[in-house]
Amino acid sequence: MIGAVWNLLLGLAWVVLSGDFSGFNLLTGLVFGYLVLALIEPQVAPLSGYSVRLPRMLKFVAFFLKELIHANWRVAFDIMTPPWHMRPGVIAMPLSAYTDLEITFVANLISLTPGTLSLDLSDDRRVLYIHAMFLDDEEALRSSLKEMEHRALELFR
Amino acid sequence: MIDLLKAILLLGGALLMLLAAVGIVRLPDLLTRMHATTKAASLGVNLTMLAVALHFSDVGVVARALAIILFVLTTAPIAAHVMGRAGYFVGTRLWSGTVKDELRPNYDPLTHELKSGQEPRQNVERPGRDEAPE
Repeated sequence: MIGAVWNLLLGLAWVVLSGDFSGFNLLTGLVFGYLVLALIEPQVAPLSGYSVRLPRMLKFVAFFLKELIHANWRVAFDIMTPPWHMRPGVIAMPLSAYTDLEITFVANLISLTPGTLSLDLSDDRRVLYIHAMFLDDEEALRSSLKEMEHRALELFR
Repeated sequence: MIDLLKAILLLGGALLMLLAAVGIVRLPDLLTRMHATTKAASLGVNLTMLAVALHFSDVGVVARALAIILFVLTTAPIAAHVMGRAGYFVGTRLWSGTVKDELRPNYDPLTHELKSGQEPRQNVERPGRDEAPE
């Protein structure tokens, strides 16, 4: 978190010093800021892990977009064609996230992917109940949800 | 080139929103309808906003477009979750083609307690097992 703030500050400093207030120049500044932070990271304790976390975050965004488009296509196909291919149902997914922030993040990600909607969390916060539209292959669905959770939690830990 | 990209984004966004509307009409029950509206519609809004940002390519407009995308992405799933949850617990009937419901046996409508069912796998095999005492 501190790393991100410093990166933004360095990027802004680059923009101010070079006097070119365009989005592209800000991007350049951010890239240089990132490189500088990656260089000094071993010597500054609060920054540790930042240079690894940022690419991981970008990779996660790419992964999520891919899932989003794929799943959207599936739901779209089912809506547009007359017979129902869907087999909806409510499944319980054991969570490995345990803080409020992590659970919220994971539940929101699941809700955002088409075909899955998080319904409720059990009272002991161990299980998330999910309404899924395509339960043809439950194991595959469970493992893909688990993979998404695992990747999301890597961003926090 | 940019014009083509903008056209694709706008048309894609509009198509997705049309799809969401068709989904509301066609889909059989509340929860499946929530699927269609939140995801397709929010993705549609995002694509439209991207096209807007590309078209104006002005710092103020781009910043606002990105802010709109961010806010839609954070609020849409929460709204879907709250509506779906409320609808489910009020007792909306699920579609007849629903294959399984692992929540119902763990929920106590009197105390509003929701158990986790320590071994969820057991429920997978026999979903109707806990319904007998009711």
